Amino acid sequence: MSELTGLRATTLGQLLALIKEVPGSCIYHHTHRFLQQHQFISPEPPNDFAYWITDILGEDELGERLVSVDIIQYSTIRDLREKIASTIEVYLKDSPLSKLKFARSGEEFHFIKSVSFILPTIYIAYDLNEFVEVLKKITIDSIYFHIFEARLRLEKPTNDFAFWIENSLGDKKLANKISSFDPYTSTLEDLRNNIIQIVEKRIIG
Amino acid sequence: MAKIEEYASLVGQAVIDDLRLLGERLKGKVVQHINSTPVGGGVAEILNRMVPLLRELGVDTKWDVIRGGEQFFNVTKKFHNALHGRSEEIVKRDFEIFMETSQQNIESIDTYGDIVFIHDPQPIALIKKKTSNKWLWRCHIDVSDPNLRVWEFLMDFIVQYDSAVFSAPAFSRKLPIRQFLIPPSIDPLSDKNKELSQEIINSVLKKYDIKKDKPIVIQISRFDRLKDPVGVIEAYLQVKKYTDCQLILAGGTAEDDPEGFKVLEEVKEKAKKDPDIHILLLPQNDLEVNALQRAADVIVQKSLKEGFGLTVAEALWKAKPVVASNVGGIPLQIKHKYSGLLCHSVQGASFAIKQLLSSPAYAKKLGENGREHIKNNFLITRHLRDYMLLFLSLYNSEDIVHLC
Repeated sequence: MSELTGLRATTLGQLLALIKEVPGSCIYHHTHRFLQQHQFISPEPPNDFAYWITDILGEDELGERLVSVDIIQYSTIRDLREKIASTIEVYLKDSPLSKLKFARSGEEFHFIKSVSFILPTIYIAYDLNEFVEVLKKITIDSIYFHIFEARLRLEKPTNDFAFWIENSLGDKKLANKISSFDPYTSTLEDLRNNIIQIVEKRIIG
Repeated sequence: MAKIEEYASLVGQAVIDDLRLLGERLKGKVVQHINSTPVGGGVAEILNRMVPLLRELGVDTKWDVIRGGEQFFNVTKKFHNALHGRSEEIVKRDFEIFMETSQQNIESIDTYGDIVFIHDPQPIALIKKKTSNKWLWRCHIDVSDPNLRVWEFLMDFIVQYDSAVFSAPAFSRKLPIRQFLIPPSIDPLSDKNKELSQEIINSVLKKYDIKKDKPIVIQISRFDRLKDPVGVIEAYLQVKKYTDCQLILAGGTAEDDPEGFKVLEEVKEKAKKDPDIHILLLPQNDLEVNALQRAADVIVQKSLKEGFGLTVAEALWKAKPVVASNVGGIPLQIKHKYSGLLCHSVQGASFAIKQLLSSPAYAKKLGENGREHIKNNFLITRHLRDYMLLFLSLYNSEDIVHLC
């Protein structure tokens, strides 16, 4: 769920200062919110900072640089925060006029943080056949947790599905396949379908 | 009323299973909602649906209503307008009236809940009764630019709560208590939103003597200045110069809104020269609202301020093209040019209505995208989940909570 902080930015400088000091849960929220809100087709760039900088401040070039930050390359929120902050810092240095732009009243950037509740569901899999059947049934929230949250927020080495397939089933090849694609470039429903297809193909042999 | 299992056909069985798991974690807790009216307006509408569904999920949920006379509700209406940023003359006596009625409610209402969930400013002073139980304050109002005198008066109460809840990020401000973002929701199986046959839609149009011989533009809202019904007529009149169409302004009034009938008269006066403007004072009849929305070609919500604007979610759920003001919670529901058109003025509204009436394929696509967005984010099942997580957050202060 989303917790409000009451912190808001109207300029790029304020945004940068707050990005450096807000809790990691805020950075996580603004780089992942879109995934859960747009499950089928996404009209928005994959992070809120890029959207605000492009659409509200009109700084398209910086927006593009932030859109293309390859989140999958970062294993901690700390590293991701540093990358976002340094991208804005470099841009501000190169384009000093961008400091003069500000958001109109009502269009400020509001910092929000993600609060996660983790609880076991009723679905359990012991082999690939059961796994693929469960994948078809579980909520998008469960898919989201095991792919994104487990890796970046709980700082696990890979997503939960690839980890379980490698370590409990001993199928390193399938695990690598599941951990190798970039989940940030598809919607959650596409992601579910991709994994189902890969696993079903493996089951058939 | 629909049972929780009936929602599985829309959102999937796993969503319902997850809700039940959360309900189990709240066993033994009594959640007591308190607001100011049992009928009329968005808050009562949501509670009427949420309370039985939470009970079905195993959460022991109660709903109590405060009492107040005409003077009290006149004052709270002034507060409401002032919090929305409207200029209101508020005098010392208003605060006294508010506190006198609040004191009577403090004496008469039993706040027995393990979690007491107060909705909006009217019952806010009940926090004086707080003991060791948990208290939540839910603000359904757009407080992005409030009258500071009223806001500061309320702040004395707000800071005593455990957490506050707002409907949009722009309503938050620095507070010494936790605050959460929980937008409201619509119930897809209620009379207001369920699928309807063409026969029912036609019979409602017939009842109100509306012919489907020209495109229908509609705004369904309480007759309230903040919903700008006069602005809607002005926008319609500009459209009408180029595209022959008809306008329906339909709505009711709520028990705690003494201003409604006055606004209705002003609207009737403004509309009296045009036979294509239909002003409908609807009784509490959700099926008729549903039918009118489904009969519309374009649905408008030209509010000046909006706590959330549930009528937008209702319209989008019916895959209708919507023109709505960029205020309150509306931009959470409409992404401009993707799931509807946002506007800032009468001129903007009229341009957007013209655009949708003359480009039906574009209008259809916006409506379809809008329905998908509502399905993902603004149905009552999401709201139930958020409320249960909110209750659990009162006992868990971490950002990552493990519930084993």
